[in-house]
Amino acid sequence: MSRYVIGRIGQAALVLWAAFTVSFVLLQALPGDAILIKFLNPELGLGPEQIAEIRASYAADSPLWMQYFTTATNFLTGHFGYSIHAGVPVGDLLLANLPPTLWLATLGFLLSLVLAVTLAALSALSPFSWLRSFIQSIPALFISTPVFWLGILLIQVFSFQLRLIPVINPGPWEALILPVVTLAVPISAPLAQILMRNIDHVLTEPFVAVARAKGASHRWVLSKHVAKNAVLPTLTIGGILFGELLAGAVVTEAVFGLNGIGGLTQRSVGDQDIAVLQAIVVFSATAFVLINLTVDLLYPVFDPRLRVRQGALA
Amino acid sequence: MSTVITFKPVSTAHSNAPVLEIGHLAVGYRGSDGFQRVVHDVSLRVRPGEVVALVGESGSGKTTTAQAVIGLLAENGRLEAGAVRLNGTDIAGWSQKQLDTIRGSKISLIPQDPTSSLNPVKTIGAQVAEVLQIHRRGSRAEIDARVVELLARVGLSRPELRAKQYSHELSGGMRQRVLIAIAIALRPALIIADEPTSALDVTVQKRILDLIDELRREYGTAVLLVTHDLGVAADRANHIVVLKGGRIQEQGPTSEILASPRSEYTRKLLADAPSLGKIRAVPRARSPRIRGSDDAIVVQNLVQDFSVGGRREAFRAVDDVSFTVQRGTTHAIVGESGSGKTTTARGIVGFQKPTSGRILVDGVDVTTLRGENLRRFRKTIQLVYQNPFASLDPQQTIFQIVEEPLLNFDPLPRDDRARKVHAILERVGLPQSVLTRKPRALSGGQRQRVAIARALVLDPQVLVLDEAVSALDVTVQAQILELLEELQQALGLTYLFISHDLAVVRQISDTVSVLHNGRQVDSGLVEDVFLRPGSAYTRELISAIPGQRNVSPR
Repeated sequence: MSRYVIGRIGQAALVLWAAFTVSFVLLQALPGDAILIKFLNPELGLGPEQIAEIRASYAADSPLWMQYFTTATNFLTGHFGYSIHAGVPVGDLLLANLPPTLWLATLGFLLSLVLAVTLAALSALSPFSWLRSFIQSIPALFISTPVFWLGILLIQVFSFQLRLIPVINPGPWEALILPVVTLAVPISAPLAQILMRNIDHVLTEPFVAVARAKGASHRWVLSKHVAKNAVLPTLTIGGILFGELLAGAVVTEAVFGLNGIGGLTQRSVGDQDIAVLQAIVVFSATAFVLINLTVDLLYPVFDPRLRVRQGALA
Repeated sequence: MSTVITFKPVSTAHSNAPVLEIGHLAVGYRGSDGFQRVVHDVSLRVRPGEVVALVGESGSGKTTTAQAVIGLLAENGRLEAGAVRLNGTDIAGWSQKQLDTIRGSKISLIPQDPTSSLNPVKTIGAQVAEVLQIHRRGSRAEIDARVVELLARVGLSRPELRAKQYSHELSGGMRQRVLIAIAIALRPALIIADEPTSALDVTVQKRILDLIDELRREYGTAVLLVTHDLGVAADRANHIVVLKGGRIQEQGPTSEILASPRSEYTRKLLADAPSLGKIRAVPRARSPRIRGSDDAIVVQNLVQDFSVGGRREAFRAVDDVSFTVQRGTTHAIVGESGSGKTTTARGIVGFQKPTSGRILVDGVDVTTLRGENLRRFRKTIQLVYQNPFASLDPQQTIFQIVEEPLLNFDPLPRDDRARKVHAILERVGLPQSVLTRKPRALSGGQRQRVAIARALVLDPQVLVLDEAVSALDVTVQAQILELLEELQQALGLTYLFISHDLAVVRQISDTVSVLHNGRQVDSGLVEDVFLRPGSAYTRELISAIPGQRNVSPR
């Protein structure tokens, strides 16, 4: 058990280190940098020496390997450097932009879970096979819906035509409704598909026949035997979908004009604000790794087969 | 449940009114090519305390018939005509909701594969308790007590502990006992046992069948036993129903069916069943070996250890096994699961390095071979696996499957390769028309012939047959065994025959090694070992072969 936990935590640390290193190399390899973009502006009238001075103050002139180690050490101690564009600590920027994204992502994920489970349950309980195949085709529709298109469509319908949700100065909750729906729909699709396929598969298992032979009804079998077995493989995909959630948040925030990590990412890319981008990459990787670590550690809780060591003697 | 069902009082075993009466049953499945009827006009009766065996090969409709009785046909299946009377009440037209009230309480099921028949994420206790909860028998505490009582009744040690364990923590035999506990929990009038022991080792099989017998006698329960094994049916049933292609070939009291079968098909089944060897009482007459007495395989003091789960200690899978196999003869390695028979075979083929000991195949020490030499060596020794459905690549045509080994060794021109493939196919008795087909278009027996052809196309000296006939129906099994015999005579092949089935081993082998927990407990000429077994374990194995009682239980 403890070997399993230590192994998984070690893997997580390795993934984080790799994410940091790869993003560092890629960001450094970009042509131009934020200092040039900001200070080479002719209106500022700065000479080459002054720019070199500014570069030195950001330690941008030291050799790459030294920058790598300083940045790594700073990250480990919680210092993410300064945004060149905004001139404030990157940590403050992240903290300011985090809450909207966190709400958006959490609510979006929860809604996608509700959608997926509802669809899967409807399909499993539907008494007619035509109804079941209809419900099972819905996720395919969801998955082929682009986030930006769905967002614009929802604004058109609910804000401009039905006038249910104000576009200008909406309340904090009202402002979240449409973005959350936009984000949840495409993410619910793979979840629902996998859940449905798992349910259909588990229903063909001999232990389901044994349960029916005990006199259990279809509903009893679904809730007491199928549900838990069908959810197990879905856990992994749930963790992986969190990555989709981050990518989706960038587009969604742009469409709905929300100030979150997505918006910050978009602006920082435009400004080539490497310090901010580096911090965002490491932050997202940490979140992704933590979620997947949680999933891995949850598995033995749900699946007793993973609780004991298995070997040739088992 | 709104329906109230009144059953005639279940009288004791002496009442003659049948518990189950199937009349003119017809069942069909809706498939891609329309509706197909697979059970035609089946009628039979099971009286209280009686065991009726439904015997047939795969596709005979025996399982479909059993599923129709308990209302658990596959989704595309339909009971088209006929009556299923349980204690006089016709349940053929009942809805699932109505059937739920009698399943588990009046009819119950002992399934085929105990491993997949228990929910992996629920405790054993919860799964036994479930049948009591569904039918609302008692409070929580009463149910818990009854569960432990039931687990003890079916012969599980430490029942309180077992109730808290999960399926993967139990052995196959223990799992089947749990499923039997579920089946008898509410003392049903009828138990349907669908191949209840086919997935179990022979000694475990005997103990499980004995347990079912004992419980049946104790409770006066009727049993509908579905089996492909005539030996099991001969031992356990009062009455045998022989099915073929969904139709009853004949039925009658067990002794009559065995002594004077009326239908041609039953006679063939009886002749092909290796486990009824005692009934035929004709030990296989092996032709004497004329060839020189050189040894094709020599195994000396073979030991194989595996490290277990990162711990320092090792698990000894094979412990000091030695035997020699003369060229042109068949040596069998017999044992139950976990006995080390497959590990021994893997060492001989060179798939794994033994911990210690020597293995000579055709005079070459396998244990010292590496890289290209090891690859070259594989030409002299080939494997045929148990499952002909999994061992053939479904994407390749039969020609490609048989040709592939030739491409791995000495490059032959395309024409020569084709000629070789055609010749070997004819050799194993397959028509040339199968060459362009994919494995799924072939029957199990044809697939195993393809697997044998693939092994023989390289002209090997030694063939390792790992449970090569275990997955086949008896008549197909008999044909494959005959083919192997003929090939051995013609090509001078040496066989290493790995099997759990002593009856088959007796039919095909010259010499035998009996393995138990990695140790060789008996070895020598087959007839010597069978007639004068040297160890208690071998005696137990031999006595567990079904089909020896010949007379049905009273």
